Amino acid sequence: MIAEAGLAALWLAAAMALLQLALGALALRPGQGGLAPAIVPVAMLQALLVSIAFACLIATFARSDMSVLLVAENSHSAKPMIYKIAGTWGNHEGSMLLWVTILGLAGATIAMFERKLRADTKLATLAAQGAIALGFYAFLLFSSNPFTRIAGVIEGQGLNPLLQDPGLAFHPPTLYAGYVGMSAAFSFAVGALVTRNVTPQFARAMRPWILGAWIFLTVGITAGSYWSYYTLGWGGWWFWDPVENASLMPWLAATALIHSVTVLATRDGLRAWTIMLAVLAFSMSMVGTFLVRSGVLTSVHSFAVDPSRGIFILALLAIYIGGALALFALRIGTVTEGNRFDIVSREAALVVNNLLLTVILVVVMAGTLYPLALEGASGAKISVGAPYFNATAGPLALLLMMIMAAGPLLRWRADKPKLVLSRMALALLAGAAALLALVLAGGQIGAMPLLGLVAAATVAVASLAPLWKRKLTRTPLFTFGMVMAHVGCAVSIAGMASESAFTQENMVAMAQGETKSVGPFAVTFAGLREFPGPNYAALEGVLLVKQGAGKPIIMAPQLHQFSDPPMLTNQAAIKTFWNGQLYLTIGEKAVGNRWLVRMWWKPFVTLIWLGGAMIALGGLLSLLGRVKRDLTGKRAADAPAREAPAKEAAT
Amino acid sequence: MRRLFALLAALLLAIPLHTGQALAQDYAEESLPNPRQEEQALALMDAIRCVVCQGQPISGSNADLAGDMRRIIREKIAAGESPAQVRAWLVSKYGDWVSFQPQVSPATSPLWLVPLATLIGGFWLLSRRIRIGRKR
Amino acid sequence: MKRKWLLWLPFALGLVLLGLFYVGLKKPEDHIIVSRMVGKPLPLFTAPAALPGQPGAATADYRMGKPRLLNIFASWCVPCVAEVPVLLRLKAMGVEVDGIAVHDTTEALQSFLARNGNPYTRIGRDDQSRIQLMLGSSGVPETFVIDGRGMIVHQHIGVVSEADIPKLLGLLGQQK
Repeated sequence: MIAEAGLAALWLAAAMALLQLALGALALRPGQGGLAPAIVPVAMLQALLVSIAFACLIATFARSDMSVLLVAENSHSAKPMIYKIAGTWGNHEGSMLLWVTILGLAGATIAMFERKLRADTKLATLAAQGAIALGFYAFLLFSSNPFTRIAGVIEGQGLNPLLQDPGLAFHPPTLYAGYVGMSAAFSFAVGALVTRNVTPQFARAMRPWILGAWIFLTVGITAGSYWSYYTLGWGGWWFWDPVENASLMPWLAATALIHSVTVLATRDGLRAWTIMLAVLAFSMSMVGTFLVRSGVLTSVHSFAVDPSRGIFILALLAIYIGGALALFALRIGTVTEGNRFDIVSREAALVVNNLLLTVILVVVMAGTLYPLALEGASGAKISVGAPYFNATAGPLALLLMMIMAAGPLLRWRADKPKLVLSRMALALLAGAAALLALVLAGGQIGAMPLLGLVAAATVAVASLAPLWKRKLTRTPLFTFGMVMAHVGCAVSIAGMASESAFTQENMVAMAQGETKSVGPFAVTFAGLREFPGPNYAALEGVLLVKQGAGKPIIMAPQLHQFSDPPMLTNQAAIKTFWNGQLYLTIGEKAVGNRWLVRMWWKPFVTLIWLGGAMIALGGLLSLLGRVKRDLTGKRAADAPAREAPAKEAAT
Repeated sequence: MRRLFALLAALLLAIPLHTGQALAQDYAEESLPNPRQEEQALALMDAIRCVVCQGQPISGSNADLAGDMRRIIREKIAAGESPAQVRAWLVSKYGDWVSFQPQVSPATSPLWLVPLATLIGGFWLLSRRIRIGRKR
Repeated sequence: MKRKWLLWLPFALGLVLLGLFYVGLKKPEDHIIVSRMVGKPLPLFTAPAALPGQPGAATADYRMGKPRLLNIFASWCVPCVAEVPVLLRLKAMGVEVDGIAVHDTTEALQSFLARNGNPYTRIGRDDQSRIQLMLGSSGVPETFVIDGRGMIVHQHIGVVSEADIPKLLGLLGQQK
């Protein structure tokens, strides 16, 4: 009965989405404004119904109801409860239902809390949100029904063991909240185009929604990176795999967007470009969903795919992306270009930031999709992977770091190069000191990691400069947010550069009692033991790790042999020190009487994810700061002109 | 596989171990003694695509054939071949597909030209929006 | 409206992208990696005998004037069982079939051949896939057609079925 209730709720939610679209379209007609208030409860009802449907699906998984096809195919009654629940979105249908649930919730949140937006623009925004939801409800109901029944199944086929990890519980929901949260930016942009309302006030209304989605996206990518780092068992934290690239593309567009929207909000510039980016960010989210779900590209991250569904998503992509871009082409001509700016100014730095982020986005897209295009055109098969992305996106990212160091120290409108240099003196000094230290320390270090570390030192100091000589208690929260996010970038880049430059790796076969070294550690192989896990058999290597004369610690990497479905997974043993991580795994086989052990010492690798967390936290501070200002300084926000430049400029 | 590793584990635990007994290295899974060569080999392994589990580089794949490729790569590097030569050898067997580093050729040029064109086009658009030389 | 085309540029690029996705979806799913060694001489190798009493294989054996099939297989490979009857039929027609056993043991191989029959003239062992890698082969089973002068003429990927017999006979015949 639960499955039927869920299906009914899903149909009703789809009906609400249709109603939301129709109401919006009708109420926008002259003289029909009386209908407008009705759209708010409709959006809320839609969110409620789709949440009920999702809750029903979770219930069928939690109860291991094998009469539901999806549960039978993807779950197993012997699984721990957390993986039963998380398994709800560890498959195609469930993850798409999660997708529309978040979409519905985003729509309802806009309906309830958005107060700054002009009424007609809000109406159009909600109508656009309804239109998107409608398409994806159709996709679920007609080609990916999660509630289909099946008879005669007693036991399920189980969940891919790689997904039986706490990471599954929160990685997809956060990433999806980011992906789908970008629909708000998209709908705002469509709403602004339809009602010809591309103004600073519109930008200020849109900004918190973009920030919110961007925070989720940042957390999702960071968590996903750490998840694959510890589950795949090879010590890598980013593989430039199509699925990873699919999550990076919307993030790049969204990062450009949160910067350009600031120009629009503060200086009334970059009107058309901001709208373009808002469309692009959600388009990239949908493209990402399409790439992951259709199986067009080969990926490490295994997903059950079905090309016939690909056609359906592609049709939705064509309608939404094509429609929005056509609307853009038709309407944006009526939007005047907005203010111009000086070559040495905060605006110019933000525009160059946008340009570089866009070019990085193009690099990621080209690398991900060009093999497909080439094979389609000539049949030639090529592979594009880490060497290409590192060599092209790397230098662009370094350039971006330089702009990031200077940007916040520039004044709006126009600034004097000499003054900028003097404000950056300390940061440049820090960079030079880092360079000197690294060169003096010797050792072979590649050009890119070296420049990365120098840039990180420069950016870290430069990013703190806006707080210099300021009364910290009177500094707005969003300035702290920007500082935190930029320092986070420096921290993350430092981690990446350090990992790439200083990682020590040792792959060895060890007999019992034998000792090998990696980095500053001596690792002794004490032996192997076997024991049963909850739904797997485990083989554990016991390793004694000693650093210098210190007390030895025990690290125990494992292999897990799952039977439903049969699969072997590698559980790395990871020990975090203040200056890095020791990462140990055992191999599947022996060489003679010696067992294979892989050891990595990764200095400061944790900074990569710490930086990611700081970037997200910076976004959160920024969001809180904006919301707080809107609540307290209502009058200031209502004044349409611009925020006082002095408050945002440095010094 | 499960039975296999249970067997191997039993074997390893049961046999009184003769430590210090010289055994041949298995370069499919073990590092080269020369750290510089090992570094070169690892970098190459990161850039060679596994022909069995196709999304992964051979450095991170558990497939037997990936291990065999790692062994050959380490052996060739240890024998003094350059990473470029070893890559060329693999490409001569499996085609460009096997290398994650695309060769620069007319067919692959869009990989670099498209981003470059975006950069130039972007600066061109930008130049129209910037005021130069009118300081206030 | 002098730069109207510029405004439609994103739309056009979007269409190109969607077109590309459509092509990608329609493209038949193939994960087959074709060997680049076809049309080239067989690389130099010597595969020691995998079984006592049956010779191993080496490059020189393929320059004796008679075309031969070189079958890459393994006793642990499930689909390999299916092609043994076909290989036996080819053998009955006078075709020389040699085997390269990948990652195999003598005992497993003996019981595999005892169960399914032995179509092979020679069986070489390839414990570390060295010969497989030399040939540009990416899995088992695969079958290479080698002409009498040691040239690789054709690579058949996957199980050889009854339907493939005429094609293989044709390839072998041309090379006589």
